[in-house]
Amino acid sequence: MIVNEDTKQQQVKSMNSYLAPLVRDIPPSGIRKFFDLANGSKDIITLGVGEPDFTTPWHVREACVYSLERGVTAYTSNAGMIELREAISQYLYDGFHVGYDPQNQIIVTVGGSEAIDLALRALIVPGDEILIPEPCYVSYSPITSIGGGVPVGIETYAKDDFKLTAEALEAQITPNSKVLILCYPSNPTGATMTYEDWLPIAKVVEKHDLIVISDEIYAELTYNQKHVSFASIPGMMDRTILVSGFSKAFAMTGWRMGYVCAHPDIIAAMLKIHQYTVMCAPVMGQVAALEALKNGMEEKDRMVESYNQRRRLIVQGFHDIGLECHEPQGAFYAFPSIVSTGLSSDEFAQRLLLEAKVAAVPGTAFGAGGEGFLRCSYATSVAQLTEALDRMGEFLNKLKRES
Amino acid sequence: MKELTELKLKVLDLLNEDARRSPLLLATLIGVEEEAVKEAIAELEADHVIVKYAAVVNWSKIEEETVTALIEVQITPERGRGFEGIAERIYLYPQVKSVYLMSGAYDLLVEVEGRNLREVANFVSEKLSPIDSVLSTKTNFILKKYKQDGIIFEDREEDNRLMVSP
Ligand SMILES: Cc1ncc(COP(=O)(O)O)c(C=O)c1O
Repeated sequence: MIVNEDTKQQQVKSMNSYLAPLVRDIPPSGIRKFFDLANGSKDIITLGVGEPDFTTPWHVREACVYSLERGVTAYTSNAGMIELREAISQYLYDGFHVGYDPQNQIIVTVGGSEAIDLALRALIVPGDEILIPEPCYVSYSPITSIGGGVPVGIETYAKDDFKLTAEALEAQITPNSKVLILCYPSNPTGATMTYEDWLPIAKVVEKHDLIVISDEIYAELTYNQKHVSFASIPGMMDRTILVSGFSKAFAMTGWRMGYVCAHPDIIAAMLKIHQYTVMCAPVMGQVAALEALKNGMEEKDRMVESYNQRRRLIVQGFHDIGLECHEPQGAFYAFPSIVSTGLSSDEFAQRLLLEAKVAAVPGTAFGAGGEGFLRCSYATSVAQLTEALDRMGEFLNKLKRES
Repeated sequence: MKELTELKLKVLDLLNEDARRSPLLLATLIGVEEEAVKEAIAELEADHVIVKYAAVVNWSKIEEETVTALIEVQITPERGRGFEGIAERIYLYPQVKSVYLMSGAYDLLVEVEGRNLREVANFVSEKLSPIDSVLSTKTNFILKKYKQDGIIFEDREEDNRLMVSP
């Protein structure tokens, strides 16, 4: 088809005017921009991938294939197969000491992503302020805006290992504050929160009557101490909407399996949205997720151990080439500072990609406090990591020679 | 059997994945001092826990075709020595790649490699079968190797992740 450039321009313009301003005005994702840049280039080593480098364990894939052969292809109940909800309930109780009734406190969702969307939609009244510690995962703020909420960033700092502090939280609270979104272990910083770290946060939450959406999708990926669920902090159970999923812990990103747990009243509201928008999570994924929970723990532990080895490698590597990097305690990201180079995160990431053929995501893609940092995923092979570190070392030397 | 320390187990696991990893790399991955890894490796070598560092080769990739057979051997054990003496008489032949004592319908499983079928057949008829205590042999030729020592030869799984994702 031949399209005159002028009419094309005109068309885009006029079509745009049909869009809801709330959606139209969402800024393009900083990750998307980088993706386009990286995807065109050759021989790139990428530290930009936000997902495990393991293929889903074979027993999980096989369970799904077998269920397909048996013809398990129908809708499940809206909240998900009861066997799976029971398994999730047991798993959360055993692993994180939180108790949810599989009958009315758990929904199986299309990834943790849907769970975050459901939670925000169920809670936001236009004008509500949603508190979001940053740098953070990219979806919280846009989904908040689409719902008519006002995202309020709370900056966290390298000097605190990117932990949220009660003072920083308190400083952003207004009479309109309603929801606090937590994500620990954190994408992109790898920060975690201990029981002692949580206590003062819980006090503020109580004092200002906040509801918490706790995105604990990286709960299994902690390296020096076990993950502490915010819902397990005394008094926080009913205030917390716990979001998690199978993507990261069980290497199941493409399956789109997540879940959300909360007070029955909140779950009932979320279930209304869920049933009218997606009906239920895909049954094949549910079968696979059940298999992962029943028989996947050994393999999961093996993967976590492997991430831990590579975490040590990348942190040591950054120190060796002269990049300051706090020790990430969870997830599979390192978040080194590139301030010493004098470049902005965007410039650094772009030049690193073009000149050294290493892709990583500039910290600015993750909101306030991300400037001066680079998110590097270490979910890639030891050989690739070693090569990437070599290339980065050479690139840093080159920058030094230039200045 | 020896009780191995946790460090030694980790070293073995990582070397089993890639035997060319340096002590420094191993130390970083495990989170210990390089000296400790060197010491562990030295002990593992001295104790013959680590027997050898060898490459896993997919010989079918190169022109020089060889044939490999797995031979099931039934034997009468020798008084006082059981199977040891006969196993040794067999495994000392350089064309024998491995020898296992088995439970079940036969006693030894012998892996033999030769340049062609005839060479392996000759080995069986001239060397293996004539051994006094060998009662019977059954030769199975390997047609194709899919996986060996935990390594898939034609791994079709590729990294199809997006270059950059949130
Ligand atoms: C912090 C965080 N939350 C949620 C998600 C979404 O995961 P999924 O929808 O695959 O469960 C991701 C994925 O990158 C993430 O990093």
